[in-house]
Amino acid sequence: MINLTVNGKLHQVDVTPDTPLLYVLRNELQMNAAKFGCGMGQCGACTVIVGDRTVFSCLYPIASVGDRDVRTVEGLGTAESPGPLQQAFIDHQAVQCGYCIAGMIMRAQALLEEIAQPTEAQIRAHMNPNLCRCGTHMRILAAIRSAAASGRITPRQKVQGA
Amino acid sequence: MKLPDESVDESRRSFLRTGVLVVSFALFAPSRLFAKKDTLGTEILAPNLPGSLKSNPMLDAWIRIDAQGISVYSGKVELGTGVRTALWQIAADQLAVPLQAVHFVTADTGLTPNEGYTAGSHTMADGGTAIYNASAQVRKMLLDAAAKKLGTSAERLSLKDGTIVAQDGRTLTYAQAVEGINLHRYADPVSPPSDPARYRYIGKSIPRVDIPAKVTGGPAYVQDMRLPGMLHARVVRPPSRGAVLEEADIDGTRRMPGVVAVVRDGNYLAVAASSEWQAILAMRDLQQSAKWHPTRTWFTPDELHQVLKELPHQDFLDADQPMVVDATGPRVKATTTKQYLQHGSIGPSCAIAHLDGDTLTVWTHTQGVFPLRAGLAGMLDMPIEKVRCIHVEGAGCYGHNGADDAAADAALIAAHVPGRPVRVQWMRDQEQMWEPFGAAMVTELDASLDSSGRLANWRYELWSTAHNERITNPGRLMPTWLLAKPMVPAPSVPIPQPEGDADRNAIPPYRIPGLKVTMHFVTQMPFRTSAQRSLGAHVNVVAMESAMDEFAAAAGKDATDFRLQHLEDPRAKAVIALARDQFDWAARLRNLPRGSGVGFAFSRYKNIMGYCAVAMELHFDEETREVRFPHIVAVADCGQVVNPDGLRNQLEGGIVQSISWTLHEEVLFDKDGVKSVDWATYPILRFNQVPAVIETFLIDQPGDSFLGAAEIAQAPTAAALVNAMARATGVRSHRLPLMRYPPFAG
Repeated sequence: MINLTVNGKLHQVDVTPDTPLLYVLRNELQMNAAKFGCGMGQCGACTVIVGDRTVFSCLYPIASVGDRDVRTVEGLGTAESPGPLQQAFIDHQAVQCGYCIAGMIMRAQALLEEIAQPTEAQIRAHMNPNLCRCGTHMRILAAIRSAAASGRITPRQKVQGA
Repeated sequence: MKLPDESVDESRRSFLRTGVLVVSFALFAPSRLFAKKDTLGTEILAPNLPGSLKSNPMLDAWIRIDAQGISVYSGKVELGTGVRTALWQIAADQLAVPLQAVHFVTADTGLTPNEGYTAGSHTMADGGTAIYNASAQVRKMLLDAAAKKLGTSAERLSLKDGTIVAQDGRTLTYAQAVEGINLHRYADPVSPPSDPARYRYIGKSIPRVDIPAKVTGGPAYVQDMRLPGMLHARVVRPPSRGAVLEEADIDGTRRMPGVVAVVRDGNYLAVAASSEWQAILAMRDLQQSAKWHPTRTWFTPDELHQVLKELPHQDFLDADQPMVVDATGPRVKATTTKQYLQHGSIGPSCAIAHLDGDTLTVWTHTQGVFPLRAGLAGMLDMPIEKVRCIHVEGAGCYGHNGADDAAADAALIAAHVPGRPVRVQWMRDQEQMWEPFGAAMVTELDASLDSSGRLANWRYELWSTAHNERITNPGRLMPTWLLAKPMVPAPSVPIPQPEGDADRNAIPPYRIPGLKVTMHFVTQMPFRTSAQRSLGAHVNVVAMESAMDEFAAAAGKDATDFRLQHLEDPRAKAVIALARDQFDWAARLRNLPRGSGVGFAFSRYKNIMGYCAVAMELHFDEETREVRFPHIVAVADCGQVVNPDGLRNQLEGGIVQSISWTLHEEVLFDKDGVKSVDWATYPILRFNQVPAVIETFLIDQPGDSFLGAAEIAQAPTAAALVNAMARATGVRSHRLPLMRYPPFAG
């Protein structure tokens, strides 16, 4: 059994240590947000935050998580009570098929926790690893800008040694 | 409301029909003319009815009302374009009820009407029109029935939030009103009028119903379904099409932890395991031990366009007006080429199948549950009524991708583990190697102005494989090629004009006296190709709108003026004029920084659907070879707008997607087959490359027909981009993708 903390909640999962975090989240914990896109860290659909860093969960063995908290879109809010970025994505209707969006939101979350008021160039550079095929980029950028402007995302303290 | 067909210029349409007729007989391709099925694969039962009522004429196929409430059924599916919300808006307004009072059900062979495929920007025009009319007719029936029950006249009744209210205050619910009346009846060709001024939803930017779950981790996709006892499956594909399996250690893989079944049927290989990671490890193990013998070699990308011209083909003469004598003005001759494209879904295809007794249920992100059902039933030799296909969303597909094939995989594997639901998830490389590609094309234009600077003669030829290899027989499902008894795809048949296939938008919308347009429809496919957004329009509009720019310059005319002078349709002219003005075309053209260019293009999708004009400014950096887009303006007229924000979202997406296609995308291959197997070998546009600003403007036509939107911006965007690159650099290139070939490649 491996201990795994996700969105502040401790779980024990019975998987081999090489199992990528993505499959533990999706299957053992039955969570939907992180998506399988490429399995190679090329598209970002599986992006989650471990500690204070974004990782491609499709490549990230569960053994590497250790006691750090894994954060996913499920931890940011609910459909009834969305978090600031989720609300901004709803306000801007920044979704077409939406398959990439949970990964987009987690990468943006990591940015706004690091830099509360990023420049346009910083946003674009930071979001570059994540792919969207529907061409929703303009709205995704607008949603991130307005979440930043709302000032509702508080900077996260750096975890020592992370 | 006008029917979509009324917007066709009848003189032109009959001309087109004649044009095809003559050639069809000459070249023995009559299936194109006499097809009783529409272009989305449904049988036309009632040609006089509006929209998809033509193929599903009974009202209760669409609307059922009982004590449980109001249910509206659509055979169309949500592909990420927002149509679920838009169709729902139409139903609620026409039934005069709040949105939440409608239980809205989409694409399920067990429940909904058969609307063929959700494709070709047809959903609002066909499905939206059907729901618009069926709902209006049911509303009238309810009012008439209520009037009888209340002993009054329908005119004295009003509708309030799903309740029928008489002037004396008595009320009836819809369920009470519907008692004793039978909705199982033919729809009427003409519906009671609807007053656009009374709409609560149509024309309003109602937030999409699917978005809250998608941004909060709710179950939203077929990938998110978890059925009791479900197995996880993976397929193992050959390294190239036609490769033969020599050996594989089936027993070794079978002994791995969690593995429940290893399937081998000829060259078909798959594994099923208890957990997903175990299935992946088993897939890798089987990939390691499988030895394949390739049987085919391919030509190289350099040879592609010559090969296309030499392969067997059928010719279709789409237009044949005699050339005129006064064609003494400037002449444009241009060849335009396009490589194969991938749909490139962000989520590789996925499906779940469950063989329970003699019944097969398949959950799939297909674009067409009914054609898929027929294909699967044929593949497994099952009675069609024993197969049920239920649509559940997947990642965006942009046309015919691996969705149907993954459903076939799930069904094939499920047949080996009866009683257990099987979830198949394709891997990234499998999606990119085995999805049907967007067709490579080559076109040749030779056109001239007359002595007064007007378009005189226009000869256009194009060569392409099919853009519509949909599931018309089991052999169109790729996994069946691998079976011990392989199945054979039905022969390719192009979608007829005026919609067109590779020849979509090959006929210019402009007034040209001498006109000859020929499609050389290549019938042998080196790589499987099928529908990708806009089909041939992407290339045809590049060829046409680039020539319009060259002619305008040669005639000393402004590019927008020259187009306007050759158009009569007031809606086309209005779209062009608004794009020109909102972009501030003349001022931007005068004040271009060095290395910058502006480009303009127009097309009316399929010449019968949505109008779209795109104006853009770009900057080309000669050292870094990067293209930046400071400003893009798009204007669309899609008839009556149902959801303005949803329409804008589609235009923005179409523009970004087309920039990616036109600048960067091509399938890499060599003599051994496909080499674009991931995002490194098939790069698409990223955040640092997308435009700075995209502005969209809509021209609404309340009360007019719905014309659809998801595919209308791609072609004019590509053409505006080619034109802007020509202004920025002084060099005009028609070799797509632009950044991979001289003169723009590094």
